[in-house]
Amino acid sequence: MSTLVAPAPLTPPQPAAEGAPASLVQQAAGTWALSGPWGLRGVDALARTLESVKPGFSTVVLDGQALSAFDSAGAWVLQTWLQRNKASADLQHWQPRWQSLMEAAQEHAKATVTPTAKEGMLARLGHSTVNAGLQGKEILTFLGETAQVALGVVRHPQRLRWRSVLHHVQIGGFDALPIVGLMSFLLGVVVAYQGADQLRHYGANIFVVDLVGYAMLREFAPLMTAIIIAGRSGSAYAAQIGTMVVAEEIDALRTMGIHPTELLVLPRVLALAIALPLLTVFADITGVGGGMVMASLQLDIGWREFLERFGREMQGSSLLVGLGKSLVFALVIAVVGCFQGFRTRGSADSVGRQTTLSVVQSIFIVIVVDAVFSVVFNWLDL
Amino acid sequence: MAGATDTAVVDMQNISTQFGEQVVHKDLNLTVQRGEVLAIAGGSGSGKSVLLREMILLQKPTSGSVRLFGEDASALTPEQDQALRRRWGVMFQKGGLLGALTVLENVGLPLREQLGHGSAQLESLIDGIARWKLDLTGLTADACAKFPDSLSGGMLKRAAMARALALDPELLFLDEPTSGLDPASAAGICDLIVRTRDLFGPTIVIVSHDVDLLWKVCDRVAVLGDGRVLALGTMAELASHPHPIVQAYFVDRHS
Repeated sequence: MSTLVAPAPLTPPQPAAEGAPASLVQQAAGTWALSGPWGLRGVDALARTLESVKPGFSTVVLDGQALSAFDSAGAWVLQTWLQRNKASADLQHWQPRWQSLMEAAQEHAKATVTPTAKEGMLARLGHSTVNAGLQGKEILTFLGETAQVALGVVRHPQRLRWRSVLHHVQIGGFDALPIVGLMSFLLGVVVAYQGADQLRHYGANIFVVDLVGYAMLREFAPLMTAIIIAGRSGSAYAAQIGTMVVAEEIDALRTMGIHPTELLVLPRVLALAIALPLLTVFADITGVGGGMVMASLQLDIGWREFLERFGREMQGSSLLVGLGKSLVFALVIAVVGCFQGFRTRGSADSVGRQTTLSVVQSIFIVIVVDAVFSVVFNWLDL
Repeated sequence: MAGATDTAVVDMQNISTQFGEQVVHKDLNLTVQRGEVLAIAGGSGSGKSVLLREMILLQKPTSGSVRLFGEDASALTPEQDQALRRRWGVMFQKGGLLGALTVLENVGLPLREQLGHGSAQLESLIDGIARWKLDLTGLTADACAKFPDSLSGGMLKRAAMARALALDPELLFLDEPTSGLDPASAAGICDLIVRTRDLFGPTIVIVSHDVDLLWKVCDRVAVLGDGRVLALGTMAELASHPHPIVQAYFVDRHS
C-alpha cells in the first residue's frame, strides 16, 4: 500500500487552504511526497495511518512541494515515523522555514533519552512511610521549639505580644460564638430527642437531664467545638503562615532577628488556649439549653424541674473534665495549624495542600486524644 | 478605517483606559504588523501591562477598538473568541505555570485541550511534542518531571516559553521575559527569542524595559508615557528622539 490518506481538517492558520487532508504518498522507490496540511488538527489520525507504513529504504527523499501547512506537531509525527523505521530523510522542495522546523525536530530526536520509569507501588509505600516518620519527628521538633520560646517569654513577659493574642482571641474565639452556639444547641436537641423515646419506655423521663448533661459537658461540647475550631482557626493559621512562607516574609523576620515562633506561633497558641475553653463553656450552655427545649416539648419536663435536677445531679468534675480536654485540643489545633503552615514550600498550590493537611491532622489527633482521655478518666474514676 | 490593513495582526485604535479616577491610556493608537518583533517599553505605571492584557482580551479598554487578526474583539461569538485565543501564545511575567502539574504536563496542557485525551499512542505523541518544545527552549529532560515551584527563575521563563509555543502560535506575547534574571540568563532568553522567530516565524509582542533585549531582538519599539505612545520606531531611530522619557533608554549608565 503506497497511498495513505488521513482525515485532517484545516489548520487554523490557513483559513483559505484547500480541503485535501494531510497525506504521505510514495511517488517512486524511496521518494515520498507530503501533501495537505500537516498540522496539529487531525495529527492523531495521521500518526495512526503512518504506523502501518514502511519507508522501504534507509534513506528516503521527502518531497515537500505539495505541503499546504506544516507545524511542529506535523514535524513530530514525521520525525517519529522516520525514527521508528530507522530511516534518515533527504528533504527536497521544502519551504525554508518548514525545513528548518523539520531539521530541528530531527536534531532533538537524536539527543532524546528515554524517560525514567515511574516508581513501583512498594517504593511509593516505602517513601510515604519514611515521610510520615520524618514528619512525626519534625512536629516534635516544632513542639520543642515552641516550648523553648514559650519558656523564654515566661522569663521575659514583656516580650509577649498581647495585642496579637487579643486579636486572635477575637477572630478565633468571639467571632466563632454564633456557629459554635448554634451547632451545640442542635446537638443538645438531637441527644435529648434520641434519648426521649428510650426513656419514655421505662418511665424514666427525668433521666434525660443526666443524659444531656453528661453527654454535652464531658464529650460533645469539647469535641465538637474543637472540630469546628480546627476547621475555622487551624486552617486559617496554616494558610496565613503558609502565605507568609511563600512571600518570604518568614525569612525576612529571621534576618531582622525576630523569632517567627515568638511572633506568630505563641500568640496563636495562647489565644486558642484561652478561647477554646471559653467557647466550650458557651457550647455547654447552649447544648444543655437545646436539651431543655426538647425535654419540655417531648417529655413534659419543665425548665424549672430540669434545672433543679441538673444542679442536684451534675458534678463539677464533668465540667472540668470537658474544659481540661478542650485546653489540650486547643494546643493540638494551634500547633498543628502553625506547623503545617511552616512546612509550606514554594507555591500557592502548596499553601492549599498544607491547609487541608492541617485540618485533617488536627481533627484526627483531637479524636485520638479524646479516646485516650476517656480511657484514662475511666481508670481514674472521674 | 485608520491604520487597519491586511498586515496588521494587532490593531488598537483610540484606546482609553481608566480605573476610577486614574487614567492609564488616553487615546492610544498602536498597530503590530505581521512578522515583526515589537517591544512595548515605558516606565513603571505607564500602562504597558494593562495594554498587553487588553491585547490578549483579559481586560476591556474603557473605550476604543481592539482588532486581532482583522477581527473586532468586541463583536466575537464565544466560539470565535475561543478560536481566536488559540492563535496566540502568552508567556506571563511569573510564568503562569500551573503548580499542580509537572513542567511536561504544563506544556502538554494546551495540546491535550486541542487533541483530547485518548489512546496511549496519542499521549506519547503529546508528551513527545511537549518534550521537544522544552528541549527547544533549552530545558533538560531532567527538568520535565519537576514541578514549577522547584525551577530557578531562568528555567521558569523557559518553561513558560515552551508552553506559549505549544500550539505553534502565529502571535506570541512575552511579558517581561528577562525580568528578575541575571545578565547571562537574560542573554540566553534573548537568543531563545531570536531562535523562536527564525524557527516558527511568529509575530512577537514583548513588554520589556531591558535595553539589551530591545537592541538585540526588536524590530520596532513603542515607548509609552502620559497614557499614549510617545515614540515608535527602531532603536536607532529612537536614539535621537527628543522626549526625556524616551531619552532615558539611551543614557549611558556607565559614565
